[in-house]
Amino acid sequence: MPEPERPESFQPSGVGTPLPAVEAETVGGPGGTPEVPGAPGAPQGAGVQPAGGRARSLWSDAWHDLRRNPVFVVSGLLILFFLLIAVRPSLLTSTDPLDCDITLSQEGARSGHPFGFDTQGCDVFARTVYGARASVTVGVCATAGAALLGGVLGGLAGFFGGWWDALLSRVADMFFAIPMLLGGLVFLSVVPSGSVWPVVGFIVLLGWPQLARIARGSVLTVKQADFVQAARALGAGNTRLLLRHLAPNAVAPVIVVATIALGTYIALEATLSYLGVGLKPPTVSWGIDISEASKQIRNAPHMLLWPAGALSLTVLAFIMLGDAVRDALDPKLR
Amino acid sequence: MTAEGTRQEDGSGGGVLLDVRELKVEFRTRDGVAHAVNGVNYRVSAGETLAVLGESGSGKSVTAQAVLGILDTPPGHVTGGEILFHGRDLLRMGAEERRRIRGTRLAMIFQDALSALNPVLSVGTQLGEMFEVHRGMSRKEARGCAAELMDRVRIPAARSRVGDYPHQFSGGMRQRIMIAMALALGPDLIIADEPTTALDVTVQAQVMDLLAELRREYAMGLVLITHDLGVVADVADRIAVMYAGRIVETAPVHDLYRAPAHPYTRGLLDSIPRLDQKGRELYAIKGLPPSLTAIPPGCPFHPRCPKAQDVCRTDRPPLYDVAPGRASACHFWEETISERGDRR
Amino acid sequence: MNAEAAGRVGETVLDVRDLAKHYPLTRGVVLRKQVGSVKAVDTVSFALRKGETLGIVGESGCGKSTVAKLLVGLEKPSGGQILYRGEDITRLSGRALKAVRRNIQMVFQDPYTSLNPRMTVGDIIGEPYDIHPEVAPKGDRRRKVQELLDVVGLNPEYINRYPHQFSGGQRQRIGIARGLALRPEVIVADEPVSALDVSVQAQVVNLLERLQDEFDLSYVFIAHDLSVVRHISDRVAVMYLGRFAEVGTEDEIYGHPTHPYTQALLSAVPVPDPEARDRRDRILLSGDVPSPADPPSGCRFRTRCWKARERCALEVPPLDVPEGFEGVAGPARHASACHFAEERQVVPGG
Repeated sequence: MPEPERPESFQPSGVGTPLPAVEAETVGGPGGTPEVPGAPGAPQGAGVQPAGGRARSLWSDAWHDLRRNPVFVVSGLLILFFLLIAVRPSLLTSTDPLDCDITLSQEGARSGHPFGFDTQGCDVFARTVYGARASVTVGVCATAGAALLGGVLGGLAGFFGGWWDALLSRVADMFFAIPMLLGGLVFLSVVPSGSVWPVVGFIVLLGWPQLARIARGSVLTVKQADFVQAARALGAGNTRLLLRHLAPNAVAPVIVVATIALGTYIALEATLSYLGVGLKPPTVSWGIDISEASKQIRNAPHMLLWPAGALSLTVLAFIMLGDAVRDALDPKLR
Repeated sequence: MTAEGTRQEDGSGGGVLLDVRELKVEFRTRDGVAHAVNGVNYRVSAGETLAVLGESGSGKSVTAQAVLGILDTPPGHVTGGEILFHGRDLLRMGAEERRRIRGTRLAMIFQDALSALNPVLSVGTQLGEMFEVHRGMSRKEARGCAAELMDRVRIPAARSRVGDYPHQFSGGMRQRIMIAMALALGPDLIIADEPTTALDVTVQAQVMDLLAELRREYAMGLVLITHDLGVVADVADRIAVMYAGRIVETAPVHDLYRAPAHPYTRGLLDSIPRLDQKGRELYAIKGLPPSLTAIPPGCPFHPRCPKAQDVCRTDRPPLYDVAPGRASACHFWEETISERGDRR
Repeated sequence: MNAEAAGRVGETVLDVRDLAKHYPLTRGVVLRKQVGSVKAVDTVSFALRKGETLGIVGESGCGKSTVAKLLVGLEKPSGGQILYRGEDITRLSGRALKAVRRNIQMVFQDPYTSLNPRMTVGDIIGEPYDIHPEVAPKGDRRRKVQELLDVVGLNPEYINRYPHQFSGGQRQRIGIARGLALRPEVIVADEPVSALDVSVQAQVVNLLERLQDEFDLSYVFIAHDLSVVRHISDRVAVMYLGRFAEVGTEDEIYGHPTHPYTQALLSAVPVPDPEARDRRDRILLSGDVPSPADPPSGCRFRTRCWKARERCALEVPPLDVPEGFEGVAGPARHASACHFAEERQVVPGG
């Protein structure tokens, strides 16, 4: 079949088509590039090689771009910071968030207590710092679970197709029909909760279909690629096709969507905790604190400001990260 | 010093429609500046078919995009030169005026007709729109003109197919619709970018014939951008061969095929398999076209040229006048042109 | 190489008999109902001998790419046989199929999508050895891959690079090296040069020819470019709507075509010679290729054929030496599926 000539314009024109002008090659190569020895009858100069450059995988290219993207640097540093305090909150504060003195109720900032105190007389700074742990745990675990479950199920559905695909797609549709918040209210009021795990479980349960869809679509696209056909023609089995060819090429969109979803999962946890069905005291969580503080917003706005600010910043950081990762991985820009 | 140096100051004289002078286009990418077009000169007269021949990355399409003002900016930027259309510089015109000229007097045919047509509008609507917008016709009149146009590009049963959508036509028919669209407002010049590359040979022949016939009928100028030496030989009057953003040879079609004056042209002619010949090993131009971010100094073709001498590595050859209407950017054009190819 | 090749070619490697591939057309999502079928390939037969190149030409949608996929086992045929050295590979499965597959390899059209962008060149060319570990012991593989790179004219030191660091022509060389890795007897090349620029195309065509001599390969070379096919092929099959219209040696098909479709096809190819412009005998076909879901009865070409008569709608012309040519000696005597075959020279100077 006639293959339309590759458009000459320098706009990225097709998936995976390198820009002609930026292809890593120079004609003739530098002096040191050896001509191909042997190869009898080979057209002279056919041995001109891509020169000047180490072996760069697409992943390392993406990483190279990411490092130069200020959005990535800022969001990455923020996320590192939140991860750090989630793991070791004692690095920032020596105050116990549960060690409260009711006489200090709603007091403002003072030395050693830069964010002041909440209604119970607990240190808002300590609670904000310790609250990161719950949020980050829920976000990371729920995303990991949903991405793994959704990615594997969706990927397999895309690969094998047939009734398995039809079944999975319908099931995913059913889950899509459940509103997250309403589902959470019902689910978490039935399951005895309070700790992070039921919340994680619930988010995984409702979150995987989104990632399954992305994974399925991505696998379907890659499955058409000639290199998959080539491997098949060599006699490659399904395991090899899936692990060597499909997964590495189909995973990028899942990563991007999962990163963005992570931010929204953190927000969802806070919302559920705010509504009183998510985490419950004595667990320290931004959602719980925001819920408490919102009742006193006139008297003590500082109680709301800090946990709400921390929450927004975390969510924003993950969404920005997702955007930056998408820019770096988007094959159309490559 | 160049073949173009003899031109009159007034570009509009002598029926010259389009006069591209020293055009330069750059693409600013994250990996550096790609010099896509580096001082291109060509002119097209009414009733003439100029073929711009080149491989991908030679700058042939970018030049056309710059002429039409449809260059993607950024990353593309016209950094120098003039594009005179009827003697007036398109680059100095306002956007609105330029758009008007592009719609009415200067038309374009793209390679991929399917993506150039709007899939949710019927072809009659899309053709008719041009008359409504530019000629102020009523919808009904416009529809009538659309059917007439479709008939003129020999779409069978045009009247009954006016209401059909692009996907209901075959590739060849879609390309005819593109031609109809380009013809709609009676342009003076049509620029066709690889108009038949995506088509099968039998359909390709039909479309090329139609295009050539309509060009004669309307006495238009035609710029045919292609990589196909066969298509060029079939329809062109003159040829401009492009390499690494420059024209390396211009000549009337018969002269160029009989005795190319540039080693690149000779290499191209020798490297294509022939339908009417058999047996010899194909001549292969060694190496690869240069990266446009790092065009070799001197003659850009020297790393691949069998004739390259020291002078080629240092001095960029100007377009030497070879004969009236012929020019070659090779220091050794005399030698090249007198050489007998191994092909005939 | 082709003229003398005729004497050199040996025993039959591949024998294809009445090969067919029909894709069912279904309607409905839950209760699928077959409403028809697309006959992409319909009773195609040919034999490929050792060291020979069979070119298959045709326009888009004629089924030539499906033939390629059937030959390398990417699609299961709906009918017919593919005999590799006498063994019907369409009936094999599992280990036996895998073993046979080693001998029939494919080179793909698009050098940009046929290489996994996340694998190094070494991994891509070495993958055949991972899948067929019996061919090369593990310690030997790196050396073998480097040898292959050398054979296709690439620098063996670039074994750790990724495909996007190479140009289109170089990528196609990588694809060819992968096809060669298992030392196959047959290579099925589906439009291997059509995505390449003219100057690079010649390099790859020459490479394919050199490799054929070096490794005694048999090629099935599928392309829409009639000039390239003439250049590389010993024998040529012209395909139209899932069937072969005409089969013969390169000279028989190009110099002495007897099927009207071949004649139209050849006459439409632009020749890079402006002097030939006016001398050419152009046959312009009207209309479009009919849908393979609903092919015309009898001769499939009859809806676009200027010679078509009643008989063409009723009788399927057999792919054989046509009536009236049995007694003829010379190149006009070859298989042509036309009731009214006539020789007509359409290639200038052909």
